[in-house]
Amino acid sequence: MKRQHVLAVLGAVIAAAAAAPLLPSYPLTLLTQAVIIAILAMSLDLLLGYTGLSSLGHAAYFGVSAYAVGILATEHQAGFVVCAVAGVALAALTAALFGLLAIRAVGTYFLMITLALGMVVWGLAFRWVSMTKGDNGIAGIPRPELGLPWSLWAPLPFFYFALGGLLLAWALLAVLVRSPFGLTLKGVRESETRMRALGYNVWLHKYLAFVLAGTFAGFAGVFWAYYNGFVSPVDVQLVTSVETLLMVALGGPGTLAGPVLGAAVIVFLKNFVSVYTKRWLLILGAVYIGVILFAPKGIFGALRGRQR
Amino acid sequence: MTAEFWISQTFNGLSYGALLFLLASGLSLIFGVMRVVNLAHGSYFMLGGYVGLSVVWRTGSYTLALVCGALALALIGVGMQRLFLQRIPGQTLGQVLMTIGFALIFQDLALLIWGGDPYTIPVPEPLQGVITMGGLRFPRYRIFIIVVAIVVGALLWLALDRTRTGAVIRAAVDDAEMAGGVGIHVPRVSLAVFALGAALAALGGVIGGGFLGVYPGADFEVLPYAFVVVIVGGLGSLPGAVVGSMLVGLLDNFGKALFPELSYFTLFAPMALILALRPTGLFGRV
Repeated sequence: MKRQHVLAVLGAVIAAAAAAPLLPSYPLTLLTQAVIIAILAMSLDLLLGYTGLSSLGHAAYFGVSAYAVGILATEHQAGFVVCAVAGVALAALTAALFGLLAIRAVGTYFLMITLALGMVVWGLAFRWVSMTKGDNGIAGIPRPELGLPWSLWAPLPFFYFALGGLLLAWALLAVLVRSPFGLTLKGVRESETRMRALGYNVWLHKYLAFVLAGTFAGFAGVFWAYYNGFVSPVDVQLVTSVETLLMVALGGPGTLAGPVLGAAVIVFLKNFVSVYTKRWLLILGAVYIGVILFAPKGIFGALRGRQR
Repeated sequence: MTAEFWISQTFNGLSYGALLFLLASGLSLIFGVMRVVNLAHGSYFMLGGYVGLSVVWRTGSYTLALVCGALALALIGVGMQRLFLQRIPGQTLGQVLMTIGFALIFQDLALLIWGGDPYTIPVPEPLQGVITMGGLRFPRYRIFIIVVAIVVGALLWLALDRTRTGAVIRAAVDDAEMAGGVGIHVPRVSLAVFALGAALAALGGVIGGGFLGVYPGADFEVLPYAFVVVIVGGLGSLPGAVVGSMLVGLLDNFGKALFPELSYFTLFAPMALILALRPTGLFGRV
């Protein structure tokens, strides 16, 4: 992705932030949703785009964190800091454990083992009723009290709160992917054998990328729990993981602005189409197939192809 | 925990494993030949059940339902492979996204055509009721499932191991490039295997419709099971599919009976462990 594209997406985010006070509440909630899901998509891109590992279970870390926030905030009335730290830490721990099992596998097997590990989390969310309330999910998660003059129960302050989260994650990830560590990840993506021959510990780099991606997904999960006020097995199911993959593929893997764009497109598409027709799954399915057939390099890739 | 509990739970587990075998053997073959991670495989199961249901409603024939369900899904499978998946060979991520796209479309179409109510496929008279043996009751339909799985398994084994076509398929599984090099038309083999895999899943769907029922969401409910079987057994391995489906059927059944809260965990955790220790599954080769 070219610099101008990155600037275009960043510009769109700033424009959205500036326009937010003028928006009615429904588009504003959608925008908030897009912002939070964008963090999730970016975190997956660290694996898919930068390290070349396609995970089919990324919703697990997102969901583990959202569940931690939900349970702590409702059953134990924990405050924001406790919930956020616990959510992110639990996501990081889960990723650290799952990474030990998954990183050995390559290609199709990596896809499958991450799918299976994601299903472990889904299974627990669905069946461990005494902890997760099963299919009913955890409802009534209160918005956090940060001691600010604005209540986060109102859509606009919460939007800026989530936007702050997105910009923080974006900045941290931008530093990360430009660091020597990030460059090594790109090297691993291009050729593992070459990096190994150069003396890099490939396993460790992949493992750390896996854990970091899980941690950032957990960061997104914290906002998601507060945004919805509700966590259920839907948040950790396979379709959620695959949808995140689609966002990254659509926006263009290996860029941070791409997943933000992809997340925004899919969130708005899903919600707008479902307003006009009950057949939105049909359309979403067609989008999956269309993206792969006609824009395998993402939106910007397709645009660039058109220009030539 | 009496002896009856163990015997009847083992029987239930084995019969569920038999159903899983029908579903997963096709997935394993498709995987083996094309390396396609087919997330629409559960949809074949569900759609097969729905087609079977409509056929039983129209004609009253259970046998015809089995045949039509399998044929209809073989056609759909061929269409998917021929028109779509063949265009993106070797792109694992692309295949994942494309097949999930199809799964979503199938889910919505099924909802559009058959509505959201759950149905059970009526089973012919001789398959109803139970057989009592030594004070234990065994539902006839579950025995029927086990018999069908054994017959299908034996036929598959004979076809793969004893015929020329089988040798061609095995060659394509082992090394598609070399198979192409010695004059095997691999795309045609892929197409045939895809049709067979989809038909087997649909057969499972019609049979499963007799006791699990046919309902929206069945597709994504059975899909993880099929994956677990294939992962545990090893990609493209028929003995692996047999052992894997029995193992998964038993694990799932005992997990649900003994630790209801952790039942999915008792299924997926051993699988994650097997994969971590033997990344290619019990019978798989690299």
